[in-house]
Amino acid sequence: MTLVNNRTKAHDETAGEFQRPPRFLNGEAFNKTFKWLSIGAALFVLMILGGFFVSLTIGAWPALKQFGFGFIWSSDWNPVTEKFGALPAIAGTLITSGIAILLAVPLAFAIAVYITQLAPKWLRHPLGIAIELLAAIPSIIYGMWGLFFFAPMFADYVQGPIINLFENVPVLSTIFEGPAIGIGMATAGIVLAVMILPFIASVMRDVIDTVPKRLKESGFAIGATDWEVTKAIIIPHCRTGLAGSIFLGLGRALGETMAVTFIIGNANRITASIFAPGNTIASTIANEFQEAYTEIHSSSLIALGLLLFIITFIVLAIARMMLNRIST
Amino acid sequence: MNAVVRRRHFANLVSRTLILAATLLVLAFLVWICGVLLYEGFSAFKPTLFTEMTPPPGESGGLANAIVGSLMLVGVAMFVATPIGLLAGTYLNEYGKGTWLASVVRFVNDVLLAKPSILAGLFVYEIIVAPMGSFSGWAGSAALAIIAIPVVVRTTEDMMNLVPNSMREAAYALGASRSRVILSVSYRAARVGITTGVILAVARISGETAPLLFTSLNNQFWSTDMSHSIANLPVMIFQFAMNPYPDWQALAWAGALLITLTILALSIISRVFLRSANSQH
Repeated sequence: MTLVNNRTKAHDETAGEFQRPPRFLNGEAFNKTFKWLSIGAALFVLMILGGFFVSLTIGAWPALKQFGFGFIWSSDWNPVTEKFGALPAIAGTLITSGIAILLAVPLAFAIAVYITQLAPKWLRHPLGIAIELLAAIPSIIYGMWGLFFFAPMFADYVQGPIINLFENVPVLSTIFEGPAIGIGMATAGIVLAVMILPFIASVMRDVIDTVPKRLKESGFAIGATDWEVTKAIIIPHCRTGLAGSIFLGLGRALGETMAVTFIIGNANRITASIFAPGNTIASTIANEFQEAYTEIHSSSLIALGLLLFIITFIVLAIARMMLNRIST
Repeated sequence: MNAVVRRRHFANLVSRTLILAATLLVLAFLVWICGVLLYEGFSAFKPTLFTEMTPPPGESGGLANAIVGSLMLVGVAMFVATPIGLLAGTYLNEYGKGTWLASVVRFVNDVLLAKPSILAGLFVYEIIVAPMGSFSGWAGSAALAIIAIPVVVRTTEDMMNLVPNSMREAAYALGASRSRVILSVSYRAARVGITTGVILAVARISGETAPLLFTSLNNQFWSTDMSHSIANLPVMIFQFAMNPYPDWQALAWAGALLITLTILALSIISRVFLRSANSQH
C-alpha cells in the first residue's frame, strides 16, 4: 500500500486502472463530433450574452419607441397614466451603489491588507474562509436581516441622531431629512456595502498576493514600516488590479436585487434626502413585473432591464480588462 | 528617537489600528447576520418542515413542496448546465488555447459570471415564458442554468489547465486521438476539480431568487409539474418574509436557514474536494 501511495495520485488515476474504452471513441467521426460539440458549447456562451441583448431590446422596443431617449431623462413613473421614465430608478441605483462603494472599498482594502500582510500566519486561512462565507450567503438573507434587524436599529441609533444633529445646518439638513423609519436608500446602500465587501476583499487579496516578495522585502530592508510598504509599494504595484476589484464590486452593487427590494421602500420619486425611500432599477423590476398588466408597463420594465444590462456590461468589461492585465 | 521616526511609527500604529478595527467590524457583521439566521431559523425549525405543505396564513405547515420544487429546479438546471459548461471549458483549454475565439469566449464568460441574476430572469421570461404564455418550472430551470454555466466553464478550464502537458503528450505518443486524450487523460486527471465546479455552481444557484420571480414563480400547493409554476424555497422565503403573518415569517426564516446550511455544506465539500485535487499535482 505505501509503495502505491508514494507514486503520484494523478499518475495512478490515468494510467493505473486502465480499462479499454468502447471502440467508437477512437474513430475519426467521434473525434470530429467531440471537437464541434466543444466549439458549439463555447459559441453557446457567446449566444447567451447576445441573447440577453437581443431579447431585452425586442421586449423594450414598444417603450423605447413611445418614449425615445426621454425614457432615460424623465422622472415620471406612473403606471396609471402610463407614463414611464427611468430617472428615479437610475438615480436610486447610482446613489445606493455609490454609498455601498464608498463604505465597502476602504473596509475591503483594510481586510485584504490585514489578511495578506499583518495577520499572524495561523489566522490568515480562517479569516479568508470567513470572508468567503460572507460572500456565499444568498442575497435574500441579507434582505431579511436588513429589514427585520438592521433597519430598526439603524433608525433608532443612527438615523434619528443624525437627523436631529443636522436639523439646522443648511445643505446637510436636506441630505439627511425625513422620518427615521429605517428603510430607504441609505439603509440599502449600507446593506449593499456589507454584501459586496467580501467580493472586493477576496479579489483584492488575490491582487495583493501578486506583489513580488523581493519588492516588499527591499522596502522593509531600508527600514520602512508596514504602512509605508503598503502605501509606497503595494498600492502603486497593484493600482490597476485594485481598481478592477472596485469595478467588479460596483457591477454587483448595481444589479443586486433581492436585498435592495426588501429595504429600499419602493418609491418612484427623486429626493435629495438619502434617508428617503427610493427604488433601484433592479428593485423596480422585481416589485412591479408581476403586476404589470399593460404592454407598455411591462415593456418599460424590460427597458429598465436593458439599461441595467448595458450599464453593468460596461462596468464589468472595464473590471475584467483591468484584472486581466495583472494576471498576464 | 527623533521626531521623524516617531511620526512614522505613530502613522504605522494608527494604520494598523484602523485596519484591525475594520476587520473586526466586518467580522462583527458576519457574526450578527449568522447569529440572527441561526437563532430565527432554529426557533422555527421542526421536523414537519419536511413533511407538510406551505400553509395558508394563520395555520401551521411546512416547506415540503418548496423543498421538492427547489430540488427539481436546481436538478434540471444542472442537468443542462453541466454538459454545456464542461464542453465549453474543454474548448477553452484543449482546442482553443491562444485563439481569438477562446479569448472572446473567456472574456464574455467572465462578464456573465458577475452579471446581475435578475437579467437572466428577464431574458428567460422573454424567450420562454412570454411565448408559452405561462410561468413554468422549465423556465425557472433555464434561468438557473444560464447562471450556472459560466461557473462550470470557469472551473473546468482552470482545473484542466492544471493537468500537466506531459501526460497528454504521453497519450498522443501512444497514438490516441485528440478526443481520446481529452476523455481518458484530461478529464480523468481533472475530474475532482471539475466536480468541484459543478458543486460550486449548485451552491451558487440554490439561493437565487430574482431570476425565479419571472420564470417559475411560486406555488402554494404540491406541484411536481415542470410545465406550470412550481413551488420553490427562495421565492417562498421572499413572499412569506414580506407578509405580516408571524407563522409565515417563521417559515421564511426556517427556509433561509435550510438554504444557507445547504450552501455552507456544499462549499465545505468543494473545499475538501479541491484540497485533494491540488494534492495530486
